[in-house]
Amino acid sequence: MRIQKVFGFFPFPTWQMDVDAVLGQRDYKEDDFNLAEACEKENFIETKASLSYWQDAWRRLKKNKVAMVSLVIVILLLLFAFVGPLFFEHDYTTQVRGDENIDPSWQYPFGTDNLGRDLLVRTMFGTRISLIVGIAASLIVLVIGSTYGAISGYFGGRVDDVMMRLVELIYAIPDILVVLLLSTALKPALTDWFNTSDSALAGALSILGPSLIAIFIAFGLLYWVGMARIIRGQVLMLKEQEYVTAAKALGASSSRVIKRHLLPNCIGQIIVTTCLQIPAAIFLESFLSFLGVGVSAPLTSLGSMASDAIGGMYTYTYRLMNPAAILSVLILSLNLFGDGLRDALDPRLKK
Amino acid sequence: MDNNMRDKKLLEVKDLRVSFFTPVGEVKAVGGISYDLNYGEVMGIVGESGSGKSVEAYSIMGLLQSPGKVVGGSITFDGEDVLAKTAKEMQDFRGNSVSMIFQNPMTCLNPVYTIGNQLIEAVRCHKKVSKAEARAKAIEMLELVGINNPERRMSQYPHEFSGGMRQRVMIAMGLICDPKMLIADEPTTALDVTIQAQIIELMKDIQKKTQMAIVFITHNLGVVAEICDRVSVMYAGKIVEQGSVEDIFYRPQHPYTLGLLRSMPRVDAEEYERLIPIEGTPVDMLNPPAGCPFGPRCEHCMKICLRVEPPSINVAEGHTSACWLLVDEAKKKEATPNE
Amino acid sequence: MIKFIAKRVAQALVVILLITCLTFLLMNLVPGGPFLSEKNPPPQVLAAMEAKYGLDKPVPVQLKNYIVHMVQGDFGVSLKMQKNRPVTTIIMEMFPVSAKVGVIALVGAVLIGVPIGCIAAYNRGNWIDSTLRVVTTLGVSIPGFVVATVLLIFLGSMWKLLPTMGLTSWQSYIMPCFSLAFYPMCYIGRLARSSMLDVINQEYIRTARAKGVPALSIVFKHALRNAFIPVLTYLGPLTAGILTGGFVVETVFNIPGLGRYFVQSIMNRDYPIIMGTTIFLAAFIVTMTLIVDILYKAVDPRIDLAKGGSK
Repeated sequence: MRIQKVFGFFPFPTWQMDVDAVLGQRDYKEDDFNLAEACEKENFIETKASLSYWQDAWRRLKKNKVAMVSLVIVILLLLFAFVGPLFFEHDYTTQVRGDENIDPSWQYPFGTDNLGRDLLVRTMFGTRISLIVGIAASLIVLVIGSTYGAISGYFGGRVDDVMMRLVELIYAIPDILVVLLLSTALKPALTDWFNTSDSALAGALSILGPSLIAIFIAFGLLYWVGMARIIRGQVLMLKEQEYVTAAKALGASSSRVIKRHLLPNCIGQIIVTTCLQIPAAIFLESFLSFLGVGVSAPLTSLGSMASDAIGGMYTYTYRLMNPAAILSVLILSLNLFGDGLRDALDPRLKK
Repeated sequence: MDNNMRDKKLLEVKDLRVSFFTPVGEVKAVGGISYDLNYGEVMGIVGESGSGKSVEAYSIMGLLQSPGKVVGGSITFDGEDVLAKTAKEMQDFRGNSVSMIFQNPMTCLNPVYTIGNQLIEAVRCHKKVSKAEARAKAIEMLELVGINNPERRMSQYPHEFSGGMRQRVMIAMGLICDPKMLIADEPTTALDVTIQAQIIELMKDIQKKTQMAIVFITHNLGVVAEICDRVSVMYAGKIVEQGSVEDIFYRPQHPYTLGLLRSMPRVDAEEYERLIPIEGTPVDMLNPPAGCPFGPRCEHCMKICLRVEPPSINVAEGHTSACWLLVDEAKKKEATPNE
Repeated sequence: MIKFIAKRVAQALVVILLITCLTFLLMNLVPGGPFLSEKNPPPQVLAAMEAKYGLDKPVPVQLKNYIVHMVQGDFGVSLKMQKNRPVTTIIMEMFPVSAKVGVIALVGAVLIGVPIGCIAAYNRGNWIDSTLRVVTTLGVSIPGFVVATVLLIFLGSMWKLLPTMGLTSWQSYIMPCFSLAFYPMCYIGRLARSSMLDVINQEYIRTARAKGVPALSIVFKHALRNAFIPVLTYLGPLTAGILTGGFVVETVFNIPGLGRYFVQSIMNRDYPIIMGTTIFLAAFIVTMTLIVDILYKAVDPRIDLAKGGSK
């Protein structure tokens, strides 16, 4: 008998009484005790379709209401900044004589300043500049930081030691002081150069203004260290992961290992860090503009508009509040979206 | 403890059900298990990851955290209903009547306090003793678990101990209040094999000395054979077979138990004997299907196995198994091989 | 331990030196150099500066002279704003004002931020947690000058609840300190929350519960000490943030502190002041970071002394 052979021993003693009773009450189907077919077994198990990492992350992100609302707000602000001015005939520098110092009205929803410039258009333009500066600065950080971090992490050993020593040194330098120094120092020198030189480079850079150039230099010198550390950490950790060892054991070449295993797992961090770097950069730029070392005329950003409005802060309150409010909402939405992105891309639910 | 105690029931778990209410649905981690433990007895709970063995232990200790909840059944310890205890009573209960030690000794101790501090804390939160008395007791326990230079070790931090040593400290901490029962949740899984053997020896020694009851949770049948008196085999949140150690090893009555035994590498194996793994993947606990959870992976699976859950059938004194193969009708079918 | 301290002090000095050189070199980019940018100084002033810094000598020599004088506590004299007054005197006069506001803000940020984070972590998932999360995220998104000006306009000017200028009475401290503390408070709140959540899920907390340790003890003895470590690490950058945040707050509220003076000196191009203040503030930040690093060891015994710090 089959059962006996498998279980290896002989007859079973009597059953317990209540089990008998229970069994007696059961109605068995005709073929209940025939072996089940393989297809029946398969139907038994409901298998769910497995999602790829990105699909899973996108699904999680969509569920996050706060992040989705923030995304919508960011998109709206992008439209406001880049598409908005197209609806107006005048631009942010046009001065309409006779229309100075008008309070918000239908014609001028944000009012005008003391030179008769439409503040709504100026605010749109200021948002545009703030965004561009934020994104550009973040890109600088991204490129320098991830390259530095990846090299340091990948090679390890002494190379890593030396590179990280430098990072620690830079970390210790108070950044804002250096930015202030840079712009103070560069302003006269650069202004001279812009006025005297004829080259196209000088022309292009002069639009930015010396302070803004100083900000970008500062970003390139100082602010990439955070990103470098994160990427280095990721690479170091990923190098030791068992799936990397497994891949190598299966015969994968180094480049394949990097492309298919290390890099995709870094991209999540890169995206999140860059995404959170943008509001930080905007935050910093507004702070500096407020102090007068940010963008310079004729360019304007939300921070410098706020700075300009300080003088008439009690009488023309809206001139300060409007750019300040838009700035805050912009930074907040970017932060919330970045947070949501990070939650979605990190499979370990770390709320 | 005299032999009379050995026949008295210390722990009675009846039809315990535990579920986790997650955002994606109710995960029925434990679907109705029952077992008894006598004073001084060592019960092994065997199962793969996700079988629910740790969850039911946490329920006994009251360490279940949301979204987990006990949704049915009862736990009786020393005559008292554990599930009905208040928070304050549970805090008294834990570490005092029942202790628990965990799997990963590397992370189980608070890194910012000395182990002396943590041992003394274990005593003083249950017994009103002076610091000096507590310290003496702590040193005594460290000696018991085989740590040299206990006085010096008391003022050291966890990161200054190796994995095996930390597990010994954990055992010392578990025993320091003389509990009646110890729950060991895979205490040797994270350790090297040689250290594993040492820890098991230590636990056997201590068990003999103190006659403490132990619930030993593991997926390693070898360890079970070493230290346990009785064994419960769990699969997908249910106990599929239960009996003495001899019953389980020499007279297994459930295809899953048999599969586990067959898949173990043996020292006395023939040269080219292949290990026979259990086919298939573990059950999705979110939507457990009707019928026997082991069905799809079982080579003897019958149509009824996929329809109705098998009852627990008494095979011998103290030996039960939940399998349709053991039912009269199934044996009749086998007696008349017509297919 | 001594080795550790010595190593970190040496590191700090290197950084300060680096900043000094950087500052000096950058200022020299200005046409005419930092000491001569005011055209036509009176001859005796010129002679004095010549003697001190060797103005016709190459820049590295000038730098060396500057450092030598700096170490003796001499940062030169103000050239524009308070003519001929020693920079050191000015700094010593202005700094305590900033320090008062700054310390209050720092202490407030920690004392309010940490409990907020712990409460949010404890209430994880429910409305208290959500509200606190929104508020703290808001707090780290709104630039300091917005907070300061909003408070000033509404509480100061419109509803006339609090004084708007200077530091006359204790009420006049409320708005500036709050504006200064708001960002750090929210940042610490977020940090404390995530740190607390991390700690609560650690296995040693489960061990403590299994031992039967009372709940209060688990929170305050086991969890908080571990959760506080990341907050402590943040104290270094926090000091820097409070100092630089002070620039804006002092400007908006018209407080006669070093921050406002520094901003003015940038606009007026008073280079000795700019250099001196930068170096002074940088040195202060570096020192504070050093102290925090040393304190860190007292809290977390895992830090390897020989390696000189975690990271």
